[in-house]
Amino acid sequence: MMRFISVLLALLLLMPVQAAIETHQFDTPEQEALFKKMTEELRCLVCQNQNLADSNAELALDLREKTYEMVKSGKSEAEIIEYMVARYGDFVLYRPPVKSSTLFLWLGPLLFLAIAIIVATRFVRSRQSAGADPELTDEQLKLARDLLNKEKKSS
Amino acid sequence: MKSLRFAIPLIIFIGLMLLMFKGLWQDPKIVNSPLIDKAAPGFTLPILEGNGSTFSLEEMRGKVWVLNVWASWCVACRAEHPLVTEMVREHDILVVGLNYKDEAQDALSWLERFGDPYLMSLVDKDGEVGIDYGVYGVPESFVIDAEGVIRRKVIGPVTRNSGDKPENNIDTLVAYIKQLESGS
Repeated sequence: MMRFISVLLALLLLMPVQAAIETHQFDTPEQEALFKKMTEELRCLVCQNQNLADSNAELALDLREKTYEMVKSGKSEAEIIEYMVARYGDFVLYRPPVKSSTLFLWLGPLLFLAIAIIVATRFVRSRQSAGADPELTDEQLKLARDLLNKEKKSS
Repeated sequence: MKSLRFAIPLIIFIGLMLLMFKGLWQDPKIVNSPLIDKAAPGFTLPILEGNGSTFSLEEMRGKVWVLNVWASWCVACRAEHPLVTEMVREHDILVVGLNYKDEAQDALSWLERFGDPYLMSLVDKDGEVGIDYGVYGVPESFVIDAEGVIRRKVIGPVTRNSGDKPENNIDTLVAYIKQLESGS
């Protein structure tokens, strides 16, 4: 047990080393901005819901390094994205591309909003028209008056 | 007609629920490779026991073979290893190892300990070829046909009882490779 605890403590001590900061040097501020943008938009494949910038997984580290190399050699955003998608598929992108298979994903929310607006306006309209002019015939008015009078008498 | 209109939101709701329910059973760790049915990315890599000699993809042209990504630090590879060995020894399947992000010494002693069924193992020390093949975990196996096209990718270890992952089943895999070898 003591041994287990000491191993655990030793591992804890190692953690800051693992989280060491990587320093990347860029030729231009545009390159640095592109690198930041790319690592934030590309997904780490082995972690659930983390981007390349956030993850310390080994593969994320490699892909970050790859991104750095590509940025440094003057590759464009489109070229970097193409490189990653060719190898790992659309899954690496946090923002899926608009194409036939993802159309519902992009237009779905708008579709639901449109349905909600149509349903809501129709509902409101129908209530308004129901309450606006209650067309009662003279006979109905008389009946209503009689009922009210009856109520008064009984009370 | 009126009563049907009231049911429309309910139907949409149930549809959405079914869609999400299906999503619950999907393994988020499985990322389908875009490389299936595409030409295998080219490489020239040093051979593990080759004293500096190299091997390139083109040399496998005309053969149906398996590129098996492994590493000595990978526990699942150890579990898979007897089955890879079986594929080679009993079914005469060509398997080339891709020794992924490993130390040569560790890799060699691993093969010595567990046996070496591979035609050869190629050294991908910094994982560059791994990235080209979209490797995101070890083990992974690629079935490559005579034209050099990736036909199938097995994510995770080849197993005897693969449960809900039929493509990881050794019998399915062997049958598929035999079918490719017979040229159909």
